[in-house]
Amino acid sequence: MTLSTTSTNVNFGAVPDETGRFGPYGGKYVPETLMPALDELEEAYLNARVDKEFMAELAHLQHTYVGRPTPLTYARRLSEELGGAQIYLKREDLAHSGAHKINNALGQALLMKRKMGKTRMVAETGAGQHGVATATAAALLGIDCIVYMGTVDMERQKPNVFRMQLLGTEVRSVDSGSQTLKDAINEAIRDWVTNVETTHYLLGSALGPHPYPAMVRDFQSVIGKEAYSQMQDPAEGGPGRLPDAIVACVGGGSNAIGIFHPFLEEESVRLIGVEAGGHGIEDGAHAARFADPERGRLGVLQGTKSYVLQDGDGQIALTHSISAGLDYASVGPEHSWLRDVGRSEYTYCTDTQTLKGFSALCELEGIIPALESAHAIGYVLELAPQMAQDQVILVNLSGRGDKDLDTVMQTIGGDR
Amino acid sequence: MRGVERIEQVFRQLNKTGAAAFMPYHAMGYPTRQQSMDVIAALAEAGADLVEFGIPHSDPLADGPTVQTATYAALVGGTTVADCLQMARELRDQGVDTPFCAMSYYNPILAFGEERFAKTAAEAGIDGLIVPDLPPGESELLEPACRAVGLATVYMLAPTSTEERIKSVARHSTGFIYLVSVTGITGARDELPPGLPAFVERVRRHTDLPLAVGFGISTGPQAAKVSEMVEGVIVGSALVKAAGSEAGVDAVRTLAEQLAAGSHKALPE
Repeated sequence: MTLSTTSTNVNFGAVPDETGRFGPYGGKYVPETLMPALDELEEAYLNARVDKEFMAELAHLQHTYVGRPTPLTYARRLSEELGGAQIYLKREDLAHSGAHKINNALGQALLMKRKMGKTRMVAETGAGQHGVATATAAALLGIDCIVYMGTVDMERQKPNVFRMQLLGTEVRSVDSGSQTLKDAINEAIRDWVTNVETTHYLLGSALGPHPYPAMVRDFQSVIGKEAYSQMQDPAEGGPGRLPDAIVACVGGGSNAIGIFHPFLEEESVRLIGVEAGGHGIEDGAHAARFADPERGRLGVLQGTKSYVLQDGDGQIALTHSISAGLDYASVGPEHSWLRDVGRSEYTYCTDTQTLKGFSALCELEGIIPALESAHAIGYVLELAPQMAQDQVILVNLSGRGDKDLDTVMQTIGGDR
Repeated sequence: MRGVERIEQVFRQLNKTGAAAFMPYHAMGYPTRQQSMDVIAALAEAGADLVEFGIPHSDPLADGPTVQTATYAALVGGTTVADCLQMARELRDQGVDTPFCAMSYYNPILAFGEERFAKTAAEAGIDGLIVPDLPPGESELLEPACRAVGLATVYMLAPTSTEERIKSVARHSTGFIYLVSVTGITGARDELPPGLPAFVERVRRHTDLPLAVGFGISTGPQAAKVSEMVEGVIVGSALVKAAGSEAGVDAVRTLAEQLAAGSHKALPE
């Protein structure tokens, strides 16, 4: 699929509109109790965006605490091995706490502290990376924090559970439903509904009711802004030009929208999101909302209208991915819209292909990626050889893989 | 008579006697299809003035553990949207004529098709619709679809609602307005929230519609207290729990009679 024919007449700056819509997607589908909290959050956020003092404090923390800007790394051996396009990695795995999630967690925590007068925050987590980032921000800023996590995810991401506890956060297990990310979000929302007057919900992806998708995108756009200038600057390790394609994994889609967004107007840059293909689309055990024409349909889940994996009766489907962070039935509304207008495209990577990407990056570059990010690498193993050697792929390496060692050992064996 | 008129009539008639409407909720398909139909029939016999007809959803984010567990069991048991509407039809055929307000989340309705849902529901004998995750601003398709077939569109207000939101809900609601007694999720609670009278007062300033209070009410005396403030008393979790107990429908009937007596100001002193 080529994309160069699209987008000239699309105004990417015009979404979301004032009702929180990205075309037909987005919106605010929440119980009435939360509507005033969403209005308050939107007001605080719009105020903070133009508050020089707030933005300077956030930039200062990003630099001195998170370690931004994160580097751009040329993946020389991987590029040579694949024999096609030159591959560059945006190293969000080197951000403090191990993933891009800290960009949003710190932004929202600071917003809550400086602009909202709330004292407590709740969050959900799948892989545990957002939970760890939230716990980190809570410790840094002195905020009470509770993280909800499905019991299945707690089992497969034990090191992150312990990390959150070390950081002073209470981790509450969620036994309902599929006991994964979706159920953790339900429980976090229930806590928020109950304690809304004192509590902020620190949602971790570009999902949920307005203003979350736009706000999370904006906090994550720091990734794309840095990459945009690094790519053009050889002194920063870049090839001295913009990439031909950007590849990022998509669960809710915050790392992807964060790196895509500053490139939306650059029509020569293909934007490719990689969903979790699990055991394969026909098998049904996957989390590829755009790839499953039967079950991936327009729907509303947890406050936003988007593509949702569901049965014919509107009940939300159970999903599967080897990576807890991509194991979710819906996708951020802006991705659905960008796909509709032809600006971004989406593919998927199965568990098996993901593990190939995981191993390739370990063995050829000395980088252990998060299984989420390994989806993007897994797809690049297929994409790069189809491209010319003078072309360039930029991959968002959204997180590091320490948390996934148990899972990988169980899957490919620990005796290698 | 159209659904919305049947609901209006309930409040009009009770208004003459000074009693409040007893408005129980049940999750259809729980514990089984047949038992859930028996529960509705028992509620009607025990004095329900309007029944909230729960259509299960996999992700009920406004519900507490009792309703979550029940609706999950109903889905595991194979309950579908179409079959819930069929159950309404069968109950009408059996002669149960208490007004029914369907209650579900938005996605099952969206998947069914908004116009098709409204039409099928009205034909099945449903009189109104409550969708907790669909505030007025997001309802521009479903609301006209309901209006066209005479279904009441009932929206919710919460103690956190601003004056502006109260006005908006008052403008869009027909039949009655559902007041969520507390900031929180469904489930029985020991005490009524102290701020309830002030909240009711705030809403009254903007509407003449009947008001019904739900969330947290589980006993006859609580129902009696609420009936002093508003025109309707909504009870869900406590009755769902009774339906799932060993005594099942009998336990529902016993509790419902107490709640009806409380709502109707007929509790023994």
